[in-house]
Amino acid sequence: MAKKPAKKSKPTTKAKSTKRVVKAKLAKPVKLVSKPVKKALGKRAAAKPVPKRKGNVFPLDKAGLLAAYRTMRTIREFEERVHDEFATGDIPGFVHLYAGEEASGTGIMMHLKDIDRIASTHRGHGHCIAKGVDVKAMMAEIYGKVTGSCRGKGGSMHIADLSKGMMGANGILGAGAPLICGAALAAKYRGDGAVGISFVGDGASNQGTFLESLNLAAVWNLPAIFVVENNGYAESTSRDYAVAVDSYVDRAAGFGLPGVTVDGLDFFAVYEAAGEIIRRAREGGGPALLECKMIRMFGHFEGDQQTYRAKGEVEDIRANKDCIKMFSERVVESGVITRAELASIDDTAHALIEEAVAYAKAAALPTAKDLTNDVYVSY
Amino acid sequence: MIDNRIVPIVMPKWGLSMTEGKVISWLLQDGMKINVGDPILEVETDKIAGAVEASDAGVLRRRVGQADTIYPVKTLLGVIADPTVPESEIDAFVANYVLPAAEEGEEEQGPKYEFAETSVGNLRYVKRGSGDETVILVHGFGGDLDNWLFNIDALAEKATVYALDLPGHGQSIKKLDKPGLKSLTSALVAFMDKLGISSAHLVGHSMGGAIAMQMAASHPSNVKSMTLICSAGLGADIGSYIDDYVAAQGRKDLKPVLEKLFADKSLVSRQLVDDVLKFKRLDGVEGLLKDLGQSLFGGGKQHDATGKALGDRYPPALVIWGKEDEVIPSAHAQNLTGAKVYVLENAGHMVFMEKAGDVNALIKAHIAS
Amino acid sequence: MARKITMRQALNEALDQEMRRDPSVIVMGEDIVGGAGGGGEEDAWGGVLGVTKGLHGKYRGRLLDTPLSESAYIGAAIGAAACGMRPVAELMFLDFMGVCFDQIFNQAAKFKYMFGGKAETPVVIRAMVGAGFRAAAQHSQMLTPLFTHIPGLKVVCPSNAYDAKGLLIQSIRDNDPVIFCEHKNLYATEADVPAESYAIPFGEANVVRDGKHCSIITYGMMVNRSMDAAAELAKGGVECEVVDLRTLSPIDWDTVIDTATKTGRVVCVDEANPRCSIASDVSAMVAQECFKALKGPIQMVTAPHTPVPFSPFLEDLYIPSVASIVAAVKKTMAN
Repeated sequence: MAKKPAKKSKPTTKAKSTKRVVKAKLAKPVKLVSKPVKKALGKRAAAKPVPKRKGNVFPLDKAGLLAAYRTMRTIREFEERVHDEFATGDIPGFVHLYAGEEASGTGIMMHLKDIDRIASTHRGHGHCIAKGVDVKAMMAEIYGKVTGSCRGKGGSMHIADLSKGMMGANGILGAGAPLICGAALAAKYRGDGAVGISFVGDGASNQGTFLESLNLAAVWNLPAIFVVENNGYAESTSRDYAVAVDSYVDRAAGFGLPGVTVDGLDFFAVYEAAGEIIRRAREGGGPALLECKMIRMFGHFEGDQQTYRAKGEVEDIRANKDCIKMFSERVVESGVITRAELASIDDTAHALIEEAVAYAKAAALPTAKDLTNDVYVSY
Repeated sequence: MIDNRIVPIVMPKWGLSMTEGKVISWLLQDGMKINVGDPILEVETDKIAGAVEASDAGVLRRRVGQADTIYPVKTLLGVIADPTVPESEIDAFVANYVLPAAEEGEEEQGPKYEFAETSVGNLRYVKRGSGDETVILVHGFGGDLDNWLFNIDALAEKATVYALDLPGHGQSIKKLDKPGLKSLTSALVAFMDKLGISSAHLVGHSMGGAIAMQMAASHPSNVKSMTLICSAGLGADIGSYIDDYVAAQGRKDLKPVLEKLFADKSLVSRQLVDDVLKFKRLDGVEGLLKDLGQSLFGGGKQHDATGKALGDRYPPALVIWGKEDEVIPSAHAQNLTGAKVYVLENAGHMVFMEKAGDVNALIKAHIAS
Repeated sequence: MARKITMRQALNEALDQEMRRDPSVIVMGEDIVGGAGGGGEEDAWGGVLGVTKGLHGKYRGRLLDTPLSESAYIGAAIGAAACGMRPVAELMFLDFMGVCFDQIFNQAAKFKYMFGGKAETPVVIRAMVGAGFRAAAQHSQMLTPLFTHIPGLKVVCPSNAYDAKGLLIQSIRDNDPVIFCEHKNLYATEADVPAESYAIPFGEANVVRDGKHCSIITYGMMVNRSMDAAAELAKGGVECEVVDLRTLSPIDWDTVIDTATKTGRVVCVDEANPRCSIASDVSAMVAQECFKALKGPIQMVTAPHTPVPFSPFLEDLYIPSVASIVAAVKKTMAN
């Protein structure tokens, strides 16, 4: 059966096509598309009803589905384990966990190659894993060990691997957006069809850097994609309080680029919307904004008592808003994948994280000379 | 009426860019006898310090220039005259002396820089004088045509004098295919070809001397005579100067290296060091000098025994050395059998600057003979 | 061939020659071309004071006018640098650092370190600094100390056209983030500048005048004032050594220590405000390293602890004067 066609509707504001005398070099000159693909889903996206028909109705083949599950499962295992380890006091500093948000990062990153660049937030573990950063090195970094992704110099909030196009988790919210404009600009000059993706949360979506970047990307027609991972909270402050617009699509249109809102708990919704946006950007269609509505299972940071949440909210999330559970049920229901296959992946993921933690705990600390090296290339 | 026996001493023009100089001190007093070539007073410019030498013999009659005072080029600084000339005439001469003004379109007294597009690239040169004999001045490693600033005017009195920047030096092209003695000599050939110079008296300093000898070996009909000043190619010894010069990265490194060039270390002014540093920093220079240094002097030895290779058939040769040469030992001066050899006291590797008067006289005599 | 050109022309030449040599060099900033999107001339301005004029015609597509969003485009330059390009971004006035400082000091400056050595950010941020232009408080500051303080940044501030060309070329070739400060009052000053390309290394101060009695350590526009002060003092038999720092990070401590040891008397002249200035930084290092050699107390000559005033009479009082430098030398000589 063909997949459901996307509902097309008129945006509230028409994006103007812009002409500039001084233009960044284009691989293919394309006018800004004025009709964005839009799915209006309302404020709190509920899980989609499970389709009654059997067979692969999904946009991925079986191998792809298994890969998606593997990534999401690895992220979840990683985050749950870090949660436990952090509680023992062994992990220094702050960690911000991505558990519950896996569908968003995975659904987007499955369209990317190493030459595509992403810039993440403080809540970066999920993005790193989905982008292919080595899990053991990540764990070692969180423990501040010299074999960490950043030689222990960055920590959880600054994990990066430029060889995989991961331009870093960032402790400054919104700071990644201009950097991704730069990555996209570089991709345009090289003409290699690469894209840049900047992740922000609902809180950072108010940062000047983010908003300026929307405009700049539109003015220069950059292959830059702005993903708002809207989990409803900016630290302790609810999105409803802090963001004046209801829909980020309106915000995007206000800056001259198309936007889409999807249920961020629905892997397939994310995968399809992201695929369309990324393909368009690769072909010179310019920037776009993707809002993924989701929840986060843990607090803002580990140690957060989450007193700003309503009673029973966390329990409800665990029971009814687990994106991996929902993915599993759908693929098993369809008959494409068995529970046993999923369980096998669960075991693999678990083993990998075990290995990573053991590796990290056994790894060496940096030495005193690591304090003063790598400040400059040369000084 | 101006008596021809009165000769003005004026602020000299050393090099193209000099517009003024400071009188440091007089070396002689009124009434003292002067021979041609005697140093009379010390002058300092922003580039170099040196002595003004007498171009005529006579008696120092009047010192007009005052110590520690800056004067434009050509200003009257003093008067030499025969002892029989009355004081009143000296007074009149001084009072009536007018600084020659540069008129619109008037040829500059000093040489102008020119460029020749040769087969090895763009080469800078100056041309001075218009005598029947042609002289070409060839500088050494890391030098440029301005090295000859104390020599070019004197030699141009009786000859057509050229001084060029070799490739990689001065303001000539900073590229050289296969840097080494052969390619530099080819560059000199290309220069002569371009300017239509069929044969010339070659005056070479240090590496320039080796080039002159190489030229005499490969193009004997183009070389009327050779003057080899502290020349390379007459022995294997070479100190660490070349390597040190190439390796020096800043003023602190470079100053002691450049001091090796002179017997009188005070001649290495800040401006001199700065000029060399600015030259070394031009794109391409350091790499090229490194390769050139390796080819000519790699491993602390001179590789090209050009003197030996000449055998005993070569154009009339004059060899001049500074006794205190710290770069190439003055003993090498004896290694070209049959040449006229002069080793001058109180001078180092840059003897043609430190003893300009003597060197100029020797060269002029050599060319005339 | 060295000929006399202005600092403005020298900077233009540096950009021109580096853009020709290296296709990964791009230039961006507000109005660096000028006239974008309008109906008038292309290359209408070439930069607000004309530094980039004429480059647009030679390097189409490599000079990008930006919207008025420093955070976004300075960050974009930094991001592009981290992805292998060599952008030269113009922050029109260094005073505008407030709206984009995070990208500079928390991102660009820290990538190499935070990412365990595995990132390189070869970005140059050019910005105008300095007073004397009657541009008032928000367009006239000398904020070099703020950037010098940040590990991971390099800070360059040439005093003349020759240094400007060589240091800008070096900045573009350098693989670290460089803040390249151009004193707006020096754009029209001339010097002998070779037509060929050349690079001046960072961390090398220039001793512009030798002297045995007192060392004046300074940078930027204050170099000329210090030279004037030195000339005046020389009439009275006091010979000052004037040191032009050229780069504030890395700074040439060797030359600073050498000169302080040689003369035993030090005056630091800085157009920045006094607290936590370059003057106080250098003074402290000299006091620590050259204590035995000092013959008199170190003097600092700086602007006052005020914003830059508008009225010309006041602005002229704000900028350290030749007289104040002379007085400071006399004060330290008075022991």
